[in-house]
Amino acid sequence: MSIILDKVNHIYSPGTAYEIQALKDVNLKIEDGQFIGIIGHTGSGKSTLIQHLNGLMKATSGAIYFHGKDIYDEDFDLRELRNRVGLVFQYPEHQLFETTIFDDVCFGPKNQGLSKEEAGLRAFEALRNVGMPEELYYQSPFDLSGGQKRRVAIAGVLAMKPEVLILDEPTAGLDPAGRDEILDLVARMHRERGITVILVSHSMEDVAKYVQRIVVMNRGSVMYDGTPKEVFRHYKELEAVGLAAPQVTYLMNELKAYGLKVDTDATTIAEARASLLEALTGIDSQKNDFHR
Amino acid sequence: MLRDITLGQYYPADSVIHKLDPRVKLFATMLYIVSLFCFKGIAALLVISLFLFAVIRISKVPFKFMVKGLKAIMILMLITALFNLFLTPGEPVVSFWIFKITAEGAKNAVLMVIRLVYLILGTSIMTLTTTPNQLTDGLEKALMPLSKIGVPVHAIAMMMSIALRFIPILIEETDKIMKAQMARGADFESGNLVQKVKNMIPLLVPLFVSAFRRADDLAMAMEARCYNGGEGRTKMKPLHYENRDRAAYLIIVGYLVVVLLCRRFLPFPM
Ligand SMILES: Nc1ncnc2c1ncn2[C@@H]1O[C@H](COP(=O)(O)OP(=O)(O)OP(=O)(O)O)[C@@H](O)[C@H]1O
Ligand SMILES: [Mg+2]
Repeated sequence: MSIILDKVNHIYSPGTAYEIQALKDVNLKIEDGQFIGIIGHTGSGKSTLIQHLNGLMKATSGAIYFHGKDIYDEDFDLRELRNRVGLVFQYPEHQLFETTIFDDVCFGPKNQGLSKEEAGLRAFEALRNVGMPEELYYQSPFDLSGGQKRRVAIAGVLAMKPEVLILDEPTAGLDPAGRDEILDLVARMHRERGITVILVSHSMEDVAKYVQRIVVMNRGSVMYDGTPKEVFRHYKELEAVGLAAPQVTYLMNELKAYGLKVDTDATTIAEARASLLEALTGIDSQKNDFHR
Repeated sequence: MLRDITLGQYYPADSVIHKLDPRVKLFATMLYIVSLFCFKGIAALLVISLFLFAVIRISKVPFKFMVKGLKAIMILMLITALFNLFLTPGEPVVSFWIFKITAEGAKNAVLMVIRLVYLILGTSIMTLTTTPNQLTDGLEKALMPLSKIGVPVHAIAMMMSIALRFIPILIEETDKIMKAQMARGADFESGNLVQKVKNMIPLLVPLFVSAFRRADDLAMAMEARCYNGGEGRTKMKPLHYENRDRAAYLIIVGYLVVVLLCRRFLPFPM
C-alpha cells in the first residue's frame, strides 16, 4: 500500500520554444504513514511533482501506481484518487469562493457525495482543528487576514479526510506563531490519524524538526532521498544547489572543527543540546556513544 | 492544458523580420490583407504564395508553429467552404437530392479557403515575430497624429498593452484555480448546461477576485512610480526607422503593385 513513481518525466509546452523539462526520471516510493519533506531550489520541480501524485498533471512519460494500480489506466477513477490524496496548493487562500467560511469548507466533502449534515460535521471538525474561532464560521472568507484564509483553505482539504495529505509550502508568508501552529497541526494529524504527509518547504529547520524522510529535488531530478541526518550530512553539496542545512548542523560542524566532540549529525536544537551537554560535561545523555 | 493556446504568442528568434520596426510590420500586414482580397488570377496567387513563404522562411519561425493557428479556425473554414460550395447560384455541375454544386461554388469555396489560410498565416507572422509591447508601441506611434483631434492614443495603447500583458497571467491563474478546485473534488466537465454553469462558480469567483486584486496592485504600483498619463512621457527605447525598415516599405509596396498588375493584365482563370 503506497504510491510509487516509476521514471516519471514531465515536459511543459513540449514542441515549442518554451519547452521545459520540469521532472527528469523521478523514481519514488511513498510508503503509507510516512512524513516526508520535499526540498529544492525555486523551480526545481517540487510543485510539479506533487501535482502528479493526485493525477492533476499527467506525466509525459513514466508510470504512477496508487496502491498497486496504475493511475493512468483507462478505468482508474481519478476523482476517487483526489478524494484520497488531498493537496493543499501554494497560496491556497486564492481558491476560496463561497459566501461563508463554513460553506467553503463544506465544498470538498459535498463533492465526495456526503450529505449536508455529514459535510457540516466534517467542516466543523476541520475548522476546529485548524484553530479558527467559532464566531468567524459564518463570515465571508474574503474578510479574513491572509493567515486566517490559509487556515480555512487547509481546513477545506482536511475536511475531506484524505489518506495522504500533501502541502505545498503551507507556511509561506505566515508569522512564526502561525507557522508553528500549522505545522504542529499537520504533525498531529500524522500522529493521531496515521495519514501520510508530504510537506514541501523552503525551511530546513521545519523539515528537520518534523519529517522522517527528506527528498531533495534538483533541476527536476531527485538528488538525495533519506532521513534528515543522512541528507544534511551533504550540506556542502546542498549549498552548491542553492539549499542549506539547518543552522545547528553548521554550528555542530564548526564546534567539531574546534575539537569539541559533538555529534555533527544533529539537525534539531533538541539533538544539538543533548550532544553539546554530553560533550561539555561528559554525561552521556543518550547512552550510546557516537564518537571514536 | 490551458497554456497551450497560442494567443498571439511571440516566438523568440533572431531574424530580420523580428528586428523590423513594428510600424513597418503593421503596415505590411495591412497591405498583405488588401492584396489577399483583391487578387485575381493564378499569376497573382503565385506571387502571393511566393512572398508569403519567403517571409516565413526569413522569419525563422518553424512552420508547424504557424499551422497551429490554423487548427483553431478549422471549423470556420469548413463552414465557409460548405456554404460557398452549395449555396452559390449558377449552372449546376453535380446535383443530388436538394444539393447542387456549381462551378462558381467550387471555385469560391477553394478561393475562400485559400484566403482564410493565407490570412491566418500572414497575420500570425506579425504576432509571432513582434512582442505585444512592440506592437502597442508601434500602434501608439503610428496613431499619434490622431491625438491632435482629441483621441486619447496613449491611454488606448496603455490599456491595450496592459490587457495583452494580463491574458497569459489570467490563463495561468485560471489553470491554477481550476486545479485547486479539482483537488477538492470539483467537476468542470460533466453535467448539463445549467449544472456546468453552476460548477463554474468555484472557478469564476476566485478568478474575478484575483483579477481585481491584480488590477488594484497594478494601479497602485503605477501611481507609486508617478505615472500620470502620456503628457511629456518619453520612451526607454524610442522607435526609429533603420535602413532595413525603409527597404521593407519599398518591398511591401512593390509587392502590392505586382499583385495589382497581375490583376489588371493576367486575371485568368478567375
Ligand atoms: N504551467 C507551467 N508552464 C510552463 N512551465 C512551468 C509551469 N509551471 C512550472 N513551470 C516550470 O517548471 C519548472 C518547475 O516548476 P515548479 O513550479 O514545479 O517549481 P518549484 O520547485 O515548485 O518552485 P518554487 O519553490 O518556486 O515553488 C520551472 O522551471 C518552471 O518555470
Ligand atoms: Mg512550487
